[in-house]
Parts: sequence; C-alpha cells; structure tokens
Amino acid sequence: MSNLAVLPIIIPLLAGIVAVFFAKKTMAVRIFAQVLTLLNLAVSIGIAFYVIQYGTVTLETGGWAAPYGIILVADPLAIFLVLTTNIIATASVFYAPNSLTHKQEQFYFYTFYFLLISGVSGAFLTGDLFNLFVFFEVLLMASYGLIVLGGEKIQLRESLKYVLLNLFSSMLFVTAIAFLYSVTGTVNMAQLAERIQEVEQTGILTTIGILLFFVFATKGAIFPLYFWMPKSYIVPNSVVSALFGALLTKVGIYSIVRTFTLIFIHNPEVTHELFLWLAALTMIFGVIGALSTNNVKLIIVYNIIPAVGFMLMGIGLFNHDGLAGSVYYLLQDIIIKACLFLMVGALIYVTGTSNLKKMKGLIHHFPLLGWMFFIGGLVLAGIPPFSGFIGKLLLLQGAIQEGRYVIVIIGLLTSLLILLSIMRIFTRGFWGERTELDTGNIQPKRVRGLIIPAFGLLSVCVVLGIGAEWFIPHIETITNQLLDPEIYIDSVLKE
Amino acid sequence: MRTNDLILRTTTALIAFILLGFSIYLFLAGHQSPGGGFIGGLMTSAAIVLMYMAYGLEPIAKIIPVNFKLMIPAGLLIAALTGVGSFVFGESFLSQTYGHFHLPLFGDIELATAMLFDLGVYLTVIGVTLTIMLTIAGDE
Repeated sequence: MSNLAVLPIIIPLLAGIVAVFFAKKTMAVRIFAQVLTLLNLAVSIGIAFYVIQYGTVTLETGGWAAPYGIILVADPLAIFLVLTTNIIATASVFYAPNSLTHKQEQFYFYTFYFLLISGVSGAFLTGDLFNLFVFFEVLLMASYGLIVLGGEKIQLRESLKYVLLNLFSSMLFVTAIAFLYSVTGTVNMAQLAERIQEVEQTGILTTIGILLFFVFATKGAIFPLYFWMPKSYIVPNSVVSALFGALLTKVGIYSIVRTFTLIFIHNPEVTHELFLWLAALTMIFGVIGALSTNNVKLIIVYNIIPAVGFMLMGIGLFNHDGLAGSVYYLLQDIIIKACLFLMVGALIYVTGTSNLKKMKGLIHHFPLLGWMFFIGGLVLAGIPPFSGFIGKLLLLQGAIQEGRYVIVIIGLLTSLLILLSIMRIFTRGFWGERTELDTGNIQPKRVRGLIIPAFGLLSVCVVLGIGAEWFIPHIETITNQLLDPEIYIDSVLKE
Repeated sequence: MRTNDLILRTTTALIAFILLGFSIYLFLAGHQSPGGGFIGGLMTSAAIVLMYMAYGLEPIAKIIPVNFKLMIPAGLLIAALTGVGSFVFGESFLSQTYGHFHLPLFGDIELATAMLFDLGVYLTVIGVTLTIMLTIAGDE
C-alpha cells in the first residue's frame, strides 16, 4: 500500500471541486488554481524521484489485492508522463488569466481544467482497462466543457462533431473491453497480460487488439481517424487548445504503448506491421495538412499529427531504440506542442488575426516572441542540439536496425516539411518590413503574461535536449520495462 | 390560459411524499439489497421534478431554498473526502470500514463508511439532475 500513486489524481480532483464554490471570485479562484497546480507539480516531482529511487509504486485501492481491486501503477513511464502533464498544466494555469476573458474564467474554467488534469493523470496511472475507460471519460467530459467555453457559433458546431465522434469511439472502447472480458475473464492489465501469454495469441485476441487500437487511434488522431481533430482544436481559446493538443492525443498514444507492449505482444507480424504503415501515412497526411493552410493555429494543430506518426512508428518497430525514441519523443512533444500553442496564442492576441497573410514584420515589435518561435520551430523539426533531435535519431536508428528504409526516408522527409511549415510562420509573420501595429486593444501586461509561460516551457524543452545525458538513463529504464512485461506483471500481482 | 390542475396538485402532495420516503429507503437499503445512492438520488429528484411540474418554479424555489448547482460539488467533495479520509488512518485510498452502533429506537445496527461515499453520490445525482432540468425549464 502506497498512497503516493493516487496523489496526482486526487489533488486536482479536489481542487476542481473546491474551485466551484467561489468560481465567481476571479482573483481568488486564479490564485487558488495556481497554488494548487504548483503543489501538484511539486508532488509529482517528489513521486518521480521516489519511483526512480525505489522502483514502481503500486496502490491497491480500498485494500483489495491485485486482480480483484483497482490498481494504480506509478511505473517510470506513467510517472514521467504525469510529471510532463503537470509541467504544461503549470504553464497553462499562469497563461490562462491573460488569455481568457473574465466571463470564461468565471464559467468554471478552472474546474474543468483541474478535472482534465485529473483525468489525464488517472489515465496514465491506472492499471485496469475499464478504469482507463472511466478516466478517458473524465478527461473527455472536461474537454467537452472546455471546448464550448465561450459559446460562439463555430465552437458549437465543431464541438458537436467532437462529442459525437468521441462518444462513438468510447462506445467501441466499452465493446472491446466487453469482448476482452468475455475471452479472458479479467480487466486488470497485468492479469490480462498473464492470461494472454498463457493462451498465446489466438485469432480472436488479435482482432480485439486491433479493435482497441482503432479506439485509441481515434483518440490519438492516427490516419485514417484524424479527420475530426484539426477543426475542433482551433475553435477553443489558445490555452484550451494547448491543453488539448499536448495531452489528449498523447493519452491515446500512451494507451497504445501500454496495451501493445504489455498485453497484445504475441502477433507482431500483423499488429506491428499495421502500425508501421499507419505511422507512415499519418506522417505524410499530417504534414500535407500543415503545409496546406495559412491559419497559424491550424498549422500547429496539423503538426500534432506527424508527431503522433513518429511515436507510432517506434511502437511499430518494437525494438529497443525504436521504443526509446517513441518514449522520448512522447515526453518532449507534449511540452513543445503546448509551448507552440501558447506562442501562437500570443501571436493571435497581438495581431488580432490568425491569418498568416495579414501578418508582417512582427520581429520589430516582439523580438523575444520571434526568436522563441524560431527556436520552437527548430525543436519541433528536430535540429541537433534540441530535444526533438534525440527522439527522432533513436527512432531512425531503430528503423535502420530493422531494415525499414522506406519509413526512414518518409520520416526524414516529414521532418523537413515540418520545418518548412513552421518556418513559414516565422518568415512570413516575423520577417519583413516594420509595419505599424494597431495597438489599440493590446495590453503590454497581458502580452508579457502570455510570453512568460511559453518561455518557461521552451526552456524546459531546451534543457531536455541539451541535458539529454541526464534523461537518457531513465528513458533506458522505461524502455527496458516496456520490453519486458514481466516486470510490470510482477510489480502488480506480486508473485 | 391556465387550466385548473386541482387533481394533479392534490395527488402530487400525496405522491411526492411517498416518493421521497421511498427514495430514502432505496438510499439506505443499498448495502444489502437493490438500491443505493444513484437510484435513491434519481428517485428524490423525480419527486422534486413532480412538484415543480404541479406547482411551478417559484413556489418550490421558496419551499426548497437550495442551490442545486452547489449540491454537485458538495456531493463530490463528500465522496472524494471519504476516499482521502483513509490517508489519515494509514490505509490505502478508498478503504472502508464498518462498526456496530447502538442507537435508540433502532437498536443494534451496522454502519459502514461506504454509506458516506453513497451520500456523496446521492447529493451529486440530485444536483446534476435538477440542474439539468431547471436550466432547461427555466429558460425564458
């Protein structure tokens, strides 16, 4: 018994509940949210150090032993993701007051925000498939609330699609769990893994695996199931887009990593081969989308899709370097995507438009934002000293080891096009002649408040890249645990 | 034009009372027989919705001066705190315990802390259903 594992879930949950009581007192609720988020960040850092030192923390809730009760498992992968989640949550909560209107803030923004964080942390920490579904619903319900916050016409239209599609995939999720339960008689992930090992992978289990993959692929925006994402992610406020773009798709990817390294590992010729092809297509289609538009926010949203493709590629390769690359890429991509969304939010605030054609010469007015954007673009594309490089390098190494040269070429080409798409914002928006800005509505204090959180995230990214030496050993640990499901099973079932 | 709904109002006065009693029975029975916080809460809100339908929004708002919106976080807080409460006793999250108590009138009964969690569920369900109903109904 160790209650450490539940703290990252319960702190934001309680904070979200308490925030309802004084939601109309904007100043109080703001400070409350900031303090609680910092507390949660500190707690997750503490747990991460504990896990590094003493190994996986498992919590049997209610004191019920492993396969019978709900288990929360804080293994290195889960706790690192929770920590990353909390880093971007901290940046978002300081960004929110400058980005949202008072009315949006009062309409329970912080409650939804905390519930979203709670759901995401829960999805990372749970060791039970049905509980994973419940946490998916918790975070999706919160995201429904956040996406319509403000109630503009376009938000209502896009949220309708978003809700319908997510409801459908959740329904498929329940169906898949029902199938799996009827075959194996358990929903505890460790016991599932054990039982499936015993029976080997029969046809029906591969089918259920693919069904589950499609559920997570819908949540994680993988080709051909990404069509709902671009439009619905650009309609909410920038801070909400940042939370969505950084977290929601990654929960889907995490679930794929978890299920296909722990449970469905016996028929890789079918499943992992499929992943590789889908990864390649995801990268190509995502980056084509990113090049097709002049809407700055949409460019960033489309850039989520190739990143998801890269992560899926590592899972498809299923060797040491590939998985290590996926994990590293997953962690750094959460931060850089949130950072880019926050920067684009600032850009839209100062120019009053999201159309790239209407921006010019912003570097004369906002040099810091401009250079931050430049570095952010380099990080995203994977230029050597920065964090995107190491993940991609590991992934490509893994692919070369397997002799998958086609996907190596696609990956490299995609990186080039990502760089092109993001540098278009830099060259067209920031370069050019100095033009007078319409400064009527811009408050310098707000602009500063928008830039500082993004700067914080960017420096975390730079540290992740330059200080890769510190992080690689932990990535190695995570990868070794992913490749050997026995470690997970033993830590949960304690045999 | 307002129709005369004497029969509806008179029967409501009777039936709502029975419904509320039944809902509390359901809520308390949950541990040993079918029932529990969820269905108990739904039944209570059904009784209150029936009263709204018979008497209209304003009289009921005067009789039950409760902000149903705040009932949701109140219920959630109770439920979450019963989980956190086990931290104090060094048990795992969401552990529960029970004890036998001697109450006047009822005699020896068994009380479990799961009841407190159920109370949270009960309040949340009432809060959610009535907030939905009243938000839709109160749109003028």
